[in-house]
Amino acid sequence: MSALDLDLYRGEVLGLLGPNGAGKSTAMQLLSGNLAPSSGSVEICGVNLSAQPEAAKAHLGYLPEIPPLYRELAVGEFLRLAARLHRVPKAKLDAAVSQALQRCGLDEVAKRLIGNLSKGYRQRLGIAQAIVHNPSVIILDEPTTGLDPLQIREIRELIATLGRTHGIILSTHILAEAEALCDRVLILRQGRAVFGGGMAELRRQWQEDGASENGLEEMFVRLTRQETLP
Amino acid sequence: MIVTIAAKELRILFGSPLAWIILGVLQLLMAWVFLNQVDAFLGVQGQLLQLVNPPGVTEMVVAPLFGATAMILLIITPVLAMRLIAEERRNHTLPLLLSAPLSLGAIVLGKFLALWLFLCLIIALAAAMALALIAGGPLDIGLLLVGLGGLVLLAACLAALGLYFSSLTAHPAIAAISGIAAALGLWLLDIAVQQVAPLRALSLLQHFGRSNSGLLDTADVGYFLLFAATFLMLTVLRLDRDRLP
Repeated sequence: MSALDLDLYRGEVLGLLGPNGAGKSTAMQLLSGNLAPSSGSVEICGVNLSAQPEAAKAHLGYLPEIPPLYRELAVGEFLRLAARLHRVPKAKLDAAVSQALQRCGLDEVAKRLIGNLSKGYRQRLGIAQAIVHNPSVIILDEPTTGLDPLQIREIRELIATLGRTHGIILSTHILAEAEALCDRVLILRQGRAVFGGGMAELRRQWQEDGASENGLEEMFVRLTRQETLP
Repeated sequence: MIVTIAAKELRILFGSPLAWIILGVLQLLMAWVFLNQVDAFLGVQGQLLQLVNPPGVTEMVVAPLFGATAMILLIITPVLAMRLIAEERRNHTLPLLLSAPLSLGAIVLGKFLALWLFLCLIIALAAAMALALIAGGPLDIGLLLVGLGGLVLLAACLAALGLYFSSLTAHPAIAAISGIAAALGLWLLDIAVQQVAPLRALSLLQHFGRSNSGLLDTADVGYFLLFAATFLMLTVLRLDRDRLP
């Protein structure tokens, strides 16, 4: 990755777009403190991630590409653990867990073992662990993979609701999803940002070049085509 | 936070059959050693009475039992430790801990504490068998307690060593085998380098042997504590290196 510069504001959903291998997941690992940058810095709610990692991570919820779930635990138990690890006070644990269960539609499987869940439920549980402690910044790496259309709709509604009060960064390769959810997008290619701005802006820029039916997709292809950057 | 992580590790450990199978099988092995020693003691008891200063039941039964327990811990600790980091890495669950507001030190200490507590449970089962001898006659409680203390400290060393090897790889089997090799190597160092005193001082067996014969030496305690602390710090450094480009 090089020269990546991004700001996220409260009440905003930022989409990271790009072809496979463009650096979306790497960017998210850097933002969540799972990787350390060789240069540059990350600030979460004004706290520097490398100087005060614990204080900065307290504001953060992160869903990696592969949801980090312990197969041996039950769903409710796991969310309790995630909440404890994120320093939710003991008195508020039950409320936080039941809210996360309800928001992600996991109520009916709360007592099931994670090892026995279907992929869709695991993905939802992955989102639940990222939001159980009500963080200011939520980072979701491809939150809707493995879900059926109905679940995708539910999760998108959830993200849109959360996006009004939190700052959300999500990565996706589904353009329609970005268009439906994101206030702004950042298109990555070979570790560099090739476009940053609102979806409307992206559309406008394309139309100036000469519009077509699936303009968005064309635009994406053109921006991210695998040619070496100058 | 350290306690939360330790509780999570123990919960996952006892949620799998591994913990129960290990406890059951080890109890069987230790009971076998124990009964063998009791049998041998009963066989020579008559002759012992003719000696001026005969060894007691604690020396003849409990010390060999603890020695066997130490050998068993040496082999199973890396197997238990492999799950702690290597398996988390393979299952991609480490990001949960790494993106939570926890220091690497707390993560490592929590995992270490869980493993150590589990090993102490195995030691407690061995101690319970030894204590059962009280029904048949007096025990040398001092000797028993020093041996027990040595075993608990040895368990801390093995847990730290196992954890370090677990942090080196994403393959649990490799972590276990290299951990066993390292622990055995340190154990055997005693026999291999009889002539070189400084190297011999590094041997786990050398230090455990002394506490198991009832000798309480601050040098041995210091060795055990330094050993465990060193490998815990190496584990933290290794995990920190994972984040760097």
